[in-house]
Amino acid sequence: MNESSEVRNVMVVVRKAPHGTIYVQEALEVMLIVAAYSMNISVVFLDDGVYALKKGQDTSELGSKPFMSAFRALVDWEIEHVYVDRDALKNRGINENELTEIGEDENTGEPVHPQVLSHKEIYKLMQEQHTILSF
Amino acid sequence: MKLSVVVLEGPYTHEASDSAYNLIQAALKKGHEINGVFFYHDGVYNVTKFMEPPQDDRHISRRWMELGEKGIDIVVCIAAGLRRGIVDKIQTSNVRISGLGQLAKMILESDRVIVFGD
Repeated sequence: MNESSEVRNVMVVVRKAPHGTIYVQEALEVMLIVAAYSMNISVVFLDDGVYALKKGQDTSELGSKPFMSAFRALVDWEIEHVYVDRDALKNRGINENELTEIGEDENTGEPVHPQVLSHKEIYKLMQEQHTILSF
Repeated sequence: MKLSVVVLEGPYTHEASDSAYNLIQAALKKGHEINGVFFYHDGVYNVTKFMEPPQDDRHISRRWMELGEKGIDIVVCIAAGLRRGIVDKIQTSNVRISGLGQLAKMILESDRVIVFGD
């Protein structure tokens, strides 16, 4: 079963709010490394994890490493498959237009947005993964 | 099957380390191979050698040390470790500090990667 030659589908699941605990900050570090290892990486934001993609956050007074800007440039790290749970947004009163862009299309220069998906669509994607790293 | 295990929480406060250890024991008993264990987040605290729990409690870092003794690759993330003051000299034996690339490597080498966290 161990076919290391085949490209792995790896999904990072972000479930927690971006501040207050270090989970999201360190999850980001994992995303960037996994992406560098030529795996098919996707990232899903669920539950309070959706707050990580909310635009206009100023964390300068928290004293922690300023990592939020990386979410606005995920595409630069070859992380293009970024999904957000529709219900989680709705339950928290967040509109899709409040979400940050995750970078620019390298050909057109157009902003790339995270894709908002239903539970069913996310479930389907999860079934296609070799590894799911949940943070 | 070739398995790798990721532990994201520290010892005693949280059950993640115990559950990971129990799963590894059960998997070994069933004849599976454990490719590696990767400690991340507060999980890096699981392998400090100064741990000294009461006699009637399980000794968490010794457990991991013993699994390392069996030849299982026990890896502590260097970025998560250094941030928390976890360096080579305070670690138990049979454990090594290395980069997140080791986690990527475990994903590539394993049939399954199982994450224990909050």
